[in-house]
Amino acid sequence: MRRLSWFNTVSLTLGFAFLYVPMIILVVYSFNDSKLVTVWAGFSTKWYGELMQNEAFLNAAWVTIKVAVISSTIATVLGTMAAYVLVRGGRFMGRTLFSGMIYAPLVMPEVITGLSLLLLFIGLGFDRGIMTIVLAHTTFSMCYVSVVVSSRLVTFDRSLEEAALDLGCSPAEAFRLVTLPIIAPAVISGWLLAFTLSLDDLVIASFTSGPAATTLPIKIYSAVRLGVSPEINALSTIMIAIVTFGVITVSLVNKRQMVRQKRDEQAAERS
Amino acid sequence: MMRRFTLIAVPYLWLLALFLVPFVIVLKISLSDIALARPPYAPHFDWATGIWAFLSELDFENFTWLTQDDLYWKAYLSSLKIALISTTLTLLVGYPMAYAMARAPSEWRATLMMLVILPFWTSFLIRVYAWMGILSNEGFLNQFLLWTGVISEPLTILNTNTAVYIGIVYTYLPFMILPIYAALERLDDSLIEAAEDLGCSRLTAFWLVTIPLSKTGIIAGCFLVFIPVLGEFVIPSLLGGSDTLMIGKVLWEEFFSNRDWPVASAVAVVLLLLLIIPIILFQRNQQKQQEAEQ
Repeated sequence: MRRLSWFNTVSLTLGFAFLYVPMIILVVYSFNDSKLVTVWAGFSTKWYGELMQNEAFLNAAWVTIKVAVISSTIATVLGTMAAYVLVRGGRFMGRTLFSGMIYAPLVMPEVITGLSLLLLFIGLGFDRGIMTIVLAHTTFSMCYVSVVVSSRLVTFDRSLEEAALDLGCSPAEAFRLVTLPIIAPAVISGWLLAFTLSLDDLVIASFTSGPAATTLPIKIYSAVRLGVSPEINALSTIMIAIVTFGVITVSLVNKRQMVRQKRDEQAAERS
Repeated sequence: MMRRFTLIAVPYLWLLALFLVPFVIVLKISLSDIALARPPYAPHFDWATGIWAFLSELDFENFTWLTQDDLYWKAYLSSLKIALISTTLTLLVGYPMAYAMARAPSEWRATLMMLVILPFWTSFLIRVYAWMGILSNEGFLNQFLLWTGVISEPLTILNTNTAVYIGIVYTYLPFMILPIYAALERLDDSLIEAAEDLGCSRLTAFWLVTIPLSKTGIIAGCFLVFIPVLGEFVIPSLLGGSDTLMIGKVLWEEFFSNRDWPVASAVAVVLLLLLIIPIILFQRNQQKQQEAEQ
């Protein structure tokens, strides 16, 4: 077993301190009794209580969750289709343009994506609201889903699909019974990625939402611009808690699956 | 055959309609005049009068405007400067971490990876917000430094470019660490041992073997930070001051405050042109890496 040199130990300690201390401070001060975020005045959960009373935040949270669930679900379907076309589709007209359009949104500055979509929606005369945010979020997150899913599809053993076809499956059945279960982990992580991207997005949502639909990041941004407030700390703590719980659960499930897969493979080799 | 057609057509048409067409519209509006109307621009291009009428009236007024008003020049240059400096800083912080992770005992690595990725899943806005409470005049950093006696007057950090750099390094660090770590993890230890056996000191072995072999990771990481930072809006708007000029912020203000859509579109077009070179370089690097793996 290798041991870390003092230099490596120091850089890891300092690096992770840099990544985590700001979040810890944020969480600790959400339990502060004082309105002044930087002065500790004793433990209290009153900001969580006030948050639960805040109608505007609750509405925004509800809009955000609706947008995230709908857009990430559509994005997963479209992104998986796009990944399948890119990896398995063979040649077709405009393939280069297609793969360009899949990769470009990943590096596109959000301000440009937001601006261009807004100009489109206005040109089409759409009423800006939940629907336009969903369209915008679906468009950029389907590209992320397709990258995640295609990296899984590339390593996929194609003979399994061919075997299913030889044994009398229709292409659709082969996809449902063989391909989908194997790429399922990638599809699920694609959905989770799309969901968090949507939950997180401020810039594109600001451009594409109308007065009728305010998402949580828009609400947080306009509150935060005025300065630090303990209510936002409380809200942040809730969000950090949910994410931490989610990431740890997913990684534990993945670990268990990997162990099981290894065991199955070993059993298959023995028999 | 019909099924294959549907499979290709649905995502294709979606991206055409919601990604490509919007860009054409931005391009078109960037060539039109501002008007006091709803929508607030007078298009030059009209399908009815046809393409020749459009070409005869075509002017690059908004683009000349961008070169005349030095606000835009300064904003582009200062975005480039901020992106370059912060990419370098992120590399300096991220490389030692990625290196140490790759050297760590293999049973720790999965946990260390998760610790790097976890902040990435947490809201960007919240991570930027966390620094507002730390860097302000009566914030934790100043309280701490005053308490230790390092300084006697609080430092002004929030709403300066320093705060912007800290915010960028903090939020983009995972993008730098992950590709470098991926490159370093594949590195064969025996190469370094060989270099040391052949008379290299540890430092020269690092410089002559480790750094060149992690080059693709370094390049990928740098582009993953540089490209999005160039168009960054949230960090300069929350942590930066009124003198922090970044093009993403200028575009936002041009659009939401001045309601000058043609100029905002022209700013977007120029920003895109600025990004094309790093994006192409980035894709070349990725392709080279993929070919090397095969």
